[in-house]
Amino acid sequence: MYLLRLALTSLNNRRFTALLTVFAIALSVCLLLAVERIRTETRASFASTISGSDLIVGARSGSVNLLLYSVFRIGNATNNIRWDSFEHFAAHPRVKWAIPLSLGDSHRGYRVLGTSAAYFERYQYGRNQALQLAQGKPFNDLFEVVLGAEVADALHYKVGQQIVLAHGVSTVSLVKHDDKPFTVVGILARTGTPVDRTLHISLAGMEALHVDWQNGMPARGAAKLSAEQARALDLQPRAITAMLLGLNSKIATFSLQREINEFRGEPLLAILPGVALQELWSLMGTAEKALFVVSLFVVLTGLIGMLTAILTSLNERRREMAILRSVGARPWHIGSLLVLEAFSLAAAGVGLGLALLYIGIAASRGWLRTQYGLDLPLAAPNLYEWQLLGAILAAALLMGVIPALRAYRQSLSDGLSIRL
Amino acid sequence: MTALLELHDLGFAWPGQAELLDIPHFALQSGESLFLKGPSGSGKTTLLGLLGGVQKAGRGSIRLLGTELGSLGAGARDRFRVDHTGYIFQQFNLLPFLSVRENVELPCHFSKARATRARHRHGSIDLAAATLLEHLGLKPELLERRADALSIGQQQRVAAARALIGQPELVIADEPTSALDADSREAFIRLLFAECREAGSSLLFVSHDQSLAPLFDRSLSLAELNRAAQPQEA
Repeated sequence: MYLLRLALTSLNNRRFTALLTVFAIALSVCLLLAVERIRTETRASFASTISGSDLIVGARSGSVNLLLYSVFRIGNATNNIRWDSFEHFAAHPRVKWAIPLSLGDSHRGYRVLGTSAAYFERYQYGRNQALQLAQGKPFNDLFEVVLGAEVADALHYKVGQQIVLAHGVSTVSLVKHDDKPFTVVGILARTGTPVDRTLHISLAGMEALHVDWQNGMPARGAAKLSAEQARALDLQPRAITAMLLGLNSKIATFSLQREINEFRGEPLLAILPGVALQELWSLMGTAEKALFVVSLFVVLTGLIGMLTAILTSLNERRREMAILRSVGARPWHIGSLLVLEAFSLAAAGVGLGLALLYIGIAASRGWLRTQYGLDLPLAAPNLYEWQLLGAILAAALLMGVIPALRAYRQSLSDGLSIRL
Repeated sequence: MTALLELHDLGFAWPGQAELLDIPHFALQSGESLFLKGPSGSGKTTLLGLLGGVQKAGRGSIRLLGTELGSLGAGARDRFRVDHTGYIFQQFNLLPFLSVRENVELPCHFSKARATRARHRHGSIDLAAATLLEHLGLKPELLERRADALSIGQQQRVAAARALIGQPELVIADEPTSALDADSREAFIRLLFAECREAGSSLLFVSHDQSLAPLFDRSLSLAELNRAAQPQEA
C-alpha cells in the first residue's frame, strides 16, 4: 500500500509526462471501445434490417445487389419485373402474402417507395416487429405519402403538408414532379432501418407520376396531364422493382425459391434475406475486422509510449532509487514500484478512456441515429469489453516488468550512494 | 565497551580489478563517534557499501551487533541494514516529491523494528519525526513542505533526522557537510552528536576534511587502515 502511494507521488512529481501518457492510453482505449461498440451495433442493426419475409424476388442479378436495392435502398435495379409475374406469385398457393416494391423516384435525397397497403401490415424488422405509425394513417388516396421517421425529422415535415417528389435518385434532382404534389398523411415510428429514410406512396401514385411520360422524358404542353386528369386513367402498374414474399410454411421456402429462379415468364431471382444479409456482412466484415485490428495496434502504441516514458525516466531517477535503497527498500521494492507505476498509468488511462467514450457516445448519439440509423447504447461495459480492458491492464503490467527488471538490476549495482 | 562494528581481515575487489580494500582490523565501539578520513578514490564508497551489506566482502568478516553480515542472504542483509543503520549522504539526500515529514518517516515504512522503536519512544511515528526535526532546529511549519523547498543546510538536517528515527545502533555519515559552509558545518556536527547520544547511536563519520576530526571521540585514516591503498599513495 505504501509502495503504491510512493509510486503515485513520484508520478505526480512527473505529472506532465504522466498526464500525456495517460491521455495517449485513454484515447487508444476510447477508440478501441468505440470501434467495438459500433461494430457490434452495426452488426445487430444490420441483421435486424428485415425479418418476417421469407423471400425477396427481383430481376435476375446478384443476390447482394438485389438485397441492397430492395432493402437498403442503395443502388438501382438492373431491370424491373412485370406486374403479371407479381400477380402470378402473389396468388401462388404456398404464398401467404406478397408486398410489391417499386423504386426509382426520390425526394431531397430520400428514396420514394411505391408499395401496397400490405407493406404496413406485413413488413417486419428486428425481432419480428411490425411497422408502427407514429402519427396519421397509411396512404389511401393516389397522392398521399407516408414518411419514414428520419425523413420527417430531418426535413421537419408534418402531417398535412404538401411535398413534391423528384424523378431519379440523385440528391440534386433536375426533373421534379411538381405538377402532382403529394400530401403527408402519416409518419412511421423510428425503426433504425432504411425504412426511416424512405417515403412511401401507393403503386398507383407512382404510376400516376409517370403516366404522361414518354421515352423517359416528362410530357410537354398539351400532352401534360394534371393530377385530376391522371385520376381518371387506369393506373395499374405494368412493372415493379422487387417483391417480398411471406410463405404459409417455412419448409416450402427452398422449393419456391427454385420455382421462382426457374420461372419461364421472365428471368427472376429469389433470395433468402438471412442468407443474403450474411453474405453482405461477410463482405463488410473484413473491413470491420481490419478496423478492430487497427484499434488494437493503437492501444499497443499507447502502451509502448508509456513504456518509453518510464524507461527514459529511469536514468534520472537513479538517485531516487538509491535513496530508497538507503532507507531500507529492497531491490524487489524498487521493481514493484515501477510495475505499480505502469499499472497506475494504464488504469488511469482506461478510466479516462471509458469517460471519454461515454462523453463521446452521449454527445454523438442523436447524430449517429439520424445520420446512420445507429443506436449506440449508453450501457455499462459488457463482459467482452471488460475482458478487453482487463487485457489492456494485463499488457501494461507485463510491460511494467521491463523497466522493473532494469531498475532492479540498476539498484543492485548502484547501491546506496550514487555520484551523478 | 563492546564493539558494535568489527572488521577482520576484510578484502574486496571489483570483478576484474586489483584488490581495492584490504583491512586487517577495524572496530567501532557502541556509543562512540569516529572520524574516518577518506579522500575520494580511497575505497570509501566501497567500504560503506560493504558495511551496508549492499556488496558482499570477498574475504574476511564484518560483524555488526555480533551478526556476521556475510552469513546473511541479500534480502536479510537489506533488512538488517535498515533495522540497525541510518545513513546520511553528501547532498540531495531527500526524495524531492515527498514532504519533509514523509522523508523522515521513510525508514519506518521499510523497517518494522525502527517503526516500533519510534512509536515506543515518542508515541507515534509522526511525533518521533516532529521531535527529531525540532531538536535539529527545524521549525514545525516546515514539516509539510516539499523537501526540495528547503535550503541545503535544512535538507541535511532532515537527512539526519531520517537517519536517526527509530534509533538505529549505527549512523553512517558520508561527507554530509561538504555542501555546507564552515560555520554551519560545525553546528550541524554538534547537533548530530547530541542526537546520536540521545538515541544511543554510534556515529561513523566519513570525510576528507581533516579540520573536523578534533570534534570526534576518535579519528582514523582509511589510507592507514587499508593496506591495499598504501602502495599507490607512496
